[in-house]
Amino acid sequence: MLKVKSAGLGFRHGSAVNPVLQDISFRVEACGSCAIIGPSGCGKTSLLFLLAGLLQPTAGSIEITGNPRSGTILQNFGLFPWKTVGQNIGLGLVIQGANRDRVHRRVEQLLDEMGLVGFGEHYPGQLSGGMQQRVALARALAVDPEILFMDEPLSSLDALTRERLQNLILDVWQSKKITTVLVTHSIEEAVFLGKRIIVLSRRPGRVLRIVENSEAGCIDYRQTENYFHQCTELRAILQGEYDGQEA
Amino acid sequence: MGRKRDILFAALILLVLWEISALLLKSMALPEPWVVLLDTFGKLADGSLLDDLAISSSRALLGILLALFTAVPLGLAIGAEKSLGKRLSPFIYLLYPVPHVVLLPLIIICFGIGNFSKIFLIALIVFFQILVTTRDAAKNIHRNYFSAMQTLGASKWQIYRHVILPASVPKILTAMRISIGTAVAILFFVESFATTTGLGYIIMDSWGRADYVGLYTGIICMAALGFSLYLLLDRIERRICAWTQTG
Ligand SMILES: Nc1ncnc2c1ncn2[C@@H]1O[C@H](COP(=O)(O)OP(=O)(O)OP(=O)(O)O)[C@@H](O)[C@H]1O
Ligand SMILES: [Mg+2]
Repeated sequence: MLKVKSAGLGFRHGSAVNPVLQDISFRVEACGSCAIIGPSGCGKTSLLFLLAGLLQPTAGSIEITGNPRSGTILQNFGLFPWKTVGQNIGLGLVIQGANRDRVHRRVEQLLDEMGLVGFGEHYPGQLSGGMQQRVALARALAVDPEILFMDEPLSSLDALTRERLQNLILDVWQSKKITTVLVTHSIEEAVFLGKRIIVLSRRPGRVLRIVENSEAGCIDYRQTENYFHQCTELRAILQGEYDGQEA
Repeated sequence: MGRKRDILFAALILLVLWEISALLLKSMALPEPWVVLLDTFGKLADGSLLDDLAISSSRALLGILLALFTAVPLGLAIGAEKSLGKRLSPFIYLLYPVPHVVLLPLIIICFGIGNFSKIFLIALIVFFQILVTTRDAAKNIHRNYFSAMQTLGASKWQIYRHVILPASVPKILTAMRISIGTAVAILFFVESFATTTGLGYIIMDSWGRADYVGLYTGIICMAALGFSLYLLLDRIERRICAWTQTG
């Protein structure tokens, strides 16, 4: 359902063009999940912006069949500090022109699902990092997306909160049949949540390897041999990439 | 509340300092505070000052509101729309530092010597203060917020409504706080001639008659006017800017 065909992206700096992504090709099936991993600054966020339609590729193309509704979680969540948690979550629906009642009901439902009951009137600045991540997830889910784009949604969380939220994302992907595309810099997260893992090279980002990881998709995967095996393999691939780089 | 007590305490200290200075100076030009306060309460009680207080308040308030409702939309647009900003900023750059008070003769020629000229001059001067601050606030909104709005499919108007305006409100309120001081100063200036109403007139008239107690009563009322505007603004800020207190 999502096809990336030798997509490239360059940012113009005066007369020079600064290449960020080159010749990126991969696909994500409907209801599938895909993790994008790579060194810092390799263009992961830029790639997600291309997929989510926030940027246009300067070469190649991106095809999404069926024009699905999409939800996006930006790096650093992009929550609006001047809106309450409830207003943040409901914003997508408000923008679509939904009536007040429907917004209210959907917000209540999501607060409940995300374990945020009682925090609807708080401001994002009053919440912990993990709670803010859940608000961002709730906001993206509010419009019932068929495809979900996430840019490092779980960075800066402690290990256990992180695992709990990974389980939550897994649950969303599995139970709601939402296609998920996740950018991460965590090897474990990529292996746990990505049935297909796109490994990007250092800048300018190219596809270094596409790792098939078909067992991803159940909570117990973390405790299996294969999970460790995949993590080790992914680490080896990335290691090679980091070795060529100073510190 | 602790803040109220602090303000009362500060007022008390100022009164004591005033009393000491008056006793030391022993001059007609600085009557003792209790004499002035008695005079003030007397004039407020018998209603002889109420008209002037009302007319001065409405001149200041209308001037500020006129400026607010023109400067904020214009400032937001100039800050948010690059091309508009590029075209209009040079004008602001040239016009802002002009001491706008010197335009008074022109304003009087255009609008006569009535109330509107007074309100217009206050508005004109405060306009630039609010305009420049609003523009800078709107210009410096992080682009993450715009990307987030884009992912939610927002229209231009919705971006103004949900991001540009609310993100700029704290700075606009700061500008207004500064504007209140300016507005009261200009109020005194425009009421000091060609009128027989308002606190500025009371002050000038008392001075002319060497009625120093009356002069200070006028000053006290003018200070009270500015102070009430501050309190009003604080109220509004606490109402619409609760999120800034959340860190
Ligand atoms: N709007 C822009 N204009 C110019 N250059 C940009 C822009 N956005 C990103 N870049 C450049 O593109 C490169 C890739 O940035 P990007 O944010 O996509 O990397 P990333 O892999 O997400 O990094 P991180 O792991 O730190 O989040 C960077 O070198 C950055 O300087
Ligand atoms: Mg990034």
